[in-house]
Amino acid sequence: MRSRELGFRLWTGAFALVLVLIVAAIGVELTRQSMLSIQKFGLNFWATRTWDPVTGEFGALPFIWGTLYSSVLALAIATPVALGIAVFVSELCPARLQQPLIFLTELLAAIPSIVYGLWGIFVLVPVVRSLQTSTPEVLQQFPLFSGPPLGVGMLSAGLILAIMVIPFTSSVAREVLKSVPIAQREGAYALGATRFEGIRAALFYARTGIIGAIMLGFGRALGETMAVTMVIGNTPRVSVSLFAPQYTMAAVLANEFTEADTDLYLNALIEIGLLLFIITLVINVLSRLLIWSMDRSNKVVTPAAEPLAEAAA
Amino acid sequence: MTGSTVLRRVVSALFVAGCGLSVLLALVPLAFVLFFVISQGIPALNLAFFTHMPAPVGEPGGGMANAIVGTLILTGLGSLLAIPIGIMSGVYMSEYAGSRFAAIVRFAADTLNGVPSIVMGVFVYGFAVLPFKQFSALAGGIALGIMMIPIIARTTEELLRLVPSTMREGALALGATRGRAVFTVVLPAALPGIITGVLLALARIAGETAPLLFTSFNNRFFTTKLTQPISSLTVQVFTYAISPYADWHRQAWAGALVLVLLVFLSSLIARTATRRLEGLSRG
Repeated sequence: MRSRELGFRLWTGAFALVLVLIVAAIGVELTRQSMLSIQKFGLNFWATRTWDPVTGEFGALPFIWGTLYSSVLALAIATPVALGIAVFVSELCPARLQQPLIFLTELLAAIPSIVYGLWGIFVLVPVVRSLQTSTPEVLQQFPLFSGPPLGVGMLSAGLILAIMVIPFTSSVAREVLKSVPIAQREGAYALGATRFEGIRAALFYARTGIIGAIMLGFGRALGETMAVTMVIGNTPRVSVSLFAPQYTMAAVLANEFTEADTDLYLNALIEIGLLLFIITLVINVLSRLLIWSMDRSNKVVTPAAEPLAEAAA
Repeated sequence: MTGSTVLRRVVSALFVAGCGLSVLLALVPLAFVLFFVISQGIPALNLAFFTHMPAPVGEPGGGMANAIVGTLILTGLGSLLAIPIGIMSGVYMSEYAGSRFAAIVRFAADTLNGVPSIVMGVFVYGFAVLPFKQFSALAGGIALGIMMIPIIARTTEELLRLVPSTMREGALALGATRGRAVFTVVLPAALPGIITGVLLALARIAGETAPLLFTSFNNRFFTTKLTQPISSLTVQVFTYAISPYADWHRQAWAGALVLVLLVFLSSLIARTATRRLEGLSRG
């Protein structure tokens, strides 16, 4: 009897072990396959601006810059909107509206990246282009708004990323808000607080979880590939301009991977993949820890680490 | 009423309005995307789209028959890989929920879920394409499968927990082993939910492009050979979208419409089933 029990545990455990091994294997494989590049360029790889497959010069700085710039830009646009939605759905709107609104924001998450990209190329990019041509001359003097009116570039990428990140951040923020004890708000209201002050108290109480939700969105933005590839302009360049075509780590992988004709070129690309893996891993772990610590301090209501509906995304 | 009270009320009203506005701000792009996909997609969608092969450049017409079959094969392969691993890991996590290893598995699943899909493509390329010097449907299926595993595992875990513990305890009290209790009592009770989880995972990966770009690659011809490169709806839409031909753009919109319908339909079915299950376990 005991041995049967153990057998079941080992048997299901073996499958679970496969899951764990896959994660480890990703790290090991990516490191192994990028050895050539790691050995040749060392730490300089991350600080070099030149990306020239013809002469065999590979530096990842433009891609790191583009990835961080586009993700931070997306976050700056998406975070207030996502938190606003979370507050509206969980605190303000009539109960009857709640489910339909949750469903609609989830639709945003269900649309495939490639569809956003297609829409980006044919609808968003022309809009951004006309926005740029109508930017006053005075403003165009600033580096932030300089550059030829192409439409493809950092702003288009940031906007499309923001749309894609909103449902993630807002759904986690909503769950976190749900776990704030009702007494927190009631206490505030009893003291004569306005709607805003009561919600502010709840938001403050939930701050670690909210930061976790924002970081989870950041992790999504960093790794997003297709939609960004199709609108960012794919030019390896470090520029602060919102209108300049740039490049991201995920986009360079999507575009150049099958064109890599030398081992060094391929290894350099895989090293970019390795870095992307490490960054998203760190961001995800941190955000989970934050959301989890929030859960622990509120034993009253424990939401699932990831709401079931999340998986629909 | 003092001045500061008025101010506080104004701030509060502005805040409430701001929250309402952000809902609208998110719904506008949703409406725009759906509007364009439908309005551009419908005129380009016809029977030929489903039954014909891609036409050569410059020749109008043609369809994506090979890509549709390709997507079915790739998602099928992915499911074959992911369903056993996902469900068994889910069973382990819920049955031994308190154990240290379950915590590690849960952590690994969440980590895997956060790995960018393009990185998954690079990873699979390294062991399933490079050694054989050949893009293949099999490699694409593996990439999609790995992405499905954490979704299935986590949903299975959550849903097994919804099954009342009295059911499991009843089986154990009658002398059933743990395995027997799980496979004859707990899993069957959660089965509709688990199927839902699989559907959700399918809905998500059917729309994936990045992990396929350098695993299953693309193929202009019809094939069902697993060792050959194979076309997929998503990669085909990408190829057409970045091409300079108007006719291919039309096809890309039609492809996008089919993708959106596919993804929405499966998540809709999945959602209604989940609701029903949650209702059952509560009531």
